[in-house]
Amino acid sequence: MATTTVKMVITGPYASGKTEFIRSISEIDVVSTEKEVTPDTYEATIKPETTVAMDFGRITIDDELVLYLFGTPGQRRFDFMWEILAEGMLGFVVMVDSTKPETFREAKAILETFRAYAPTPYVVAANKQDMDDAWPAEDLRIALRIEDNVKLLPCVAKDKDKVKAVLLELLYSILEEMDT
Amino acid sequence: MPRQLRGTLQDLHTTQLLHLINLAKKTGSLKLFEGVATGKDIIMGDGETKRPEVVPGAERARIVFREGKLVYAQLTERDNHLATILHKANKLNDQQYRVIRERAASATDKALALLLINANYVSQVDIMQSIQQHTLEIVYDLMTWTREPFIFEEGEMPPNGRITVPIELENVIIQGTLRMRELDQLAKELPNLDFALRFPEAPGEKLKKIQLGVEEWRVVSFINPKNSIRQIAKACNMTDMQIRKIVYGLLNAGLVELVKPQEAPSKSQIRRADSKPNITPPQRPVITKLIDRIKNL
Ligand SMILES: Nc1nc2c(ncn2[C@@H]2O[C@H](COP(=O)(O)OP(=O)(O)O)[C@@H](O)[C@H]2O)c(=O)[nH]1
Ligand SMILES: [Mg+2]
Repeated sequence: MATTTVKMVITGPYASGKTEFIRSISEIDVVSTEKEVTPDTYEATIKPETTVAMDFGRITIDDELVLYLFGTPGQRRFDFMWEILAEGMLGFVVMVDSTKPETFREAKAILETFRAYAPTPYVVAANKQDMDDAWPAEDLRIALRIEDNVKLLPCVAKDKDKVKAVLLELLYSILEEMDT
Repeated sequence: MPRQLRGTLQDLHTTQLLHLINLAKKTGSLKLFEGVATGKDIIMGDGETKRPEVVPGAERARIVFREGKLVYAQLTERDNHLATILHKANKLNDQQYRVIRERAASATDKALALLLINANYVSQVDIMQSIQQHTLEIVYDLMTWTREPFIFEEGEMPPNGRITVPIELENVIIQGTLRMRELDQLAKELPNLDFALRFPEAPGEKLKKIQLGVEEWRVVSFINPKNSIRQIAKACNMTDMQIRKIVYGLLNAGLVELVKPQEAPSKSQIRRADSKPNITPPQRPVITKLIDRIKNL
C-alpha cells in the first residue's frame, strides 16, 4: 500500500526557534541544509549556524502514514521557498521569539503571508518562555494583534512536551475546521 | 511570570503599549530611556537587516498605570513639582509660586496640596485638573517618540507623596492617534530624511524677521548641503518626527530648500505575486491518527 505523507510548516522570524522545535520532536535527525558561516560574519554573533535552506523532520504514524515537518528558511531572501512549502500543508505554526520585540513585526508579516498562501488552520507559538525577559503569551497577543480565535501557545522549543502540545493544538484546530 | 516587558519604541509604538496596558488592565510603570548604543548590531527577524543594539541609559520619562488607567506621568527634563504645575496652569501667581518654592521646597506634593487647599490658594478641583493636564501633555508628547528603549515594570507605583489622578486610556489613545495621523502626514510630505538642506539665494532677510525657537536654531545651525536631515537629527539628538516637524516648518516658511542626496536610496524589495496552490483537504481519520501518535511520543 502506498504511504500517505502529510506535512506541516513551522515558520517564523530568523532565530525564533524553528530548527529547535523540529529537532525536539522529529524521529530523524533534523535534516537541515546548513551552510558554514564564517566567524567574522555578523550572523555568527546571533547563533553559531545559519540555516540557508530548510529544516526537515519526520514522524512516522504507521506503515501508511508519515508526517513531515518543514521549517522555513531563515532569511527573507529565501522566501521564494515559502509558497512551495505552503502547498498542500495541513496547517502551520508561527514561532515567535518572545524575548525579541524587534522581530514581532516580522513575525506578524510572515503570519499574514502564510495565511494568504493557504486557508489552513495555524497556531502561534510564543517561544522561549523559559527565558527571564520573555513577553508573556497574552501580552504578545495584544502586541502582535493576534485575533482571539487564534491559538497563541506558550512554548519552549527545547521541551518536547511543549512542542507536542503545540502540534496537538494545531491538529485540534484542523479537526474543528473539518467540522464546520 | 516575568515582571518586566522590555523593548524599544522602534518596535512597539507608545500607542501600542498603551493599548496593551489598557486591555490587560495592567498596574505598573512604563519607563522610557535614552538609548545607549552598545556598538554591537542586532539582527532583525528577516535574518538579514542589521540594526545597532541600543540599551536603556538614563531615564527620560515615566508613566504609571493602575488597573489599566493612566494615573501619573513625569518627564525627567521637566520640573514635575506640584507648585510648578499649578503655576503653569495659572492657578498660582508668580509671587505665590516664589514663596512656596522657597518655604515648602521639601514638602511632598500631597503635603503641599493640603497646605494650599487649607490656605485657600487653590481648590482640590484645581489641583486635580492641573495634574491631569500636565499628565496628558506628557503622554501626548511621548506618543511622538519613536526610538527610545522602554521597560514596563509590573506593580511599580509613582514616587512617594505624588498625587495620582486616574485617566481612562481609551480617550488618550484616540487623541494620541489623531495627533499621530498629523505626524504621519508630515512623514508623507517629507519622506526622505536622506535629503540635505540648503538656504535659498537670499535667506538673510527672512531669517531675521522670523522668530525661531531654540530647537529650530539648532537645526538651522547645521544646514549644509553635505549634511543629510538624518545626520542633523542625530547631531541635535532629535527623533525623526521631531526633525520632520521642524524641517517642515522651515520649508513652508521658505527658509530652507531640499537638496537631493548624492546616492540612490537602497533597493526596494520586490514581492512576487501570490498564486494559490490547490489543496486536497485531508481526511478526518488521518488527523485523529496523527493526534494519537503525537500524544504517545
Ligand atoms: N532558551 C531557549 N532557547 C531557544 C528556544 N528555542 C530556540 N532557542 C535557541 O534560539 C536559537 C535559535 O533557534 P533556532 O531553532 O536555530 O532558530 P531558527 O532560525 O528559527 O531555526 C538557538 O540558539 C536555539 O538554541 C527556547 O525555547 N528557549
Ligand atoms: Mg533554523
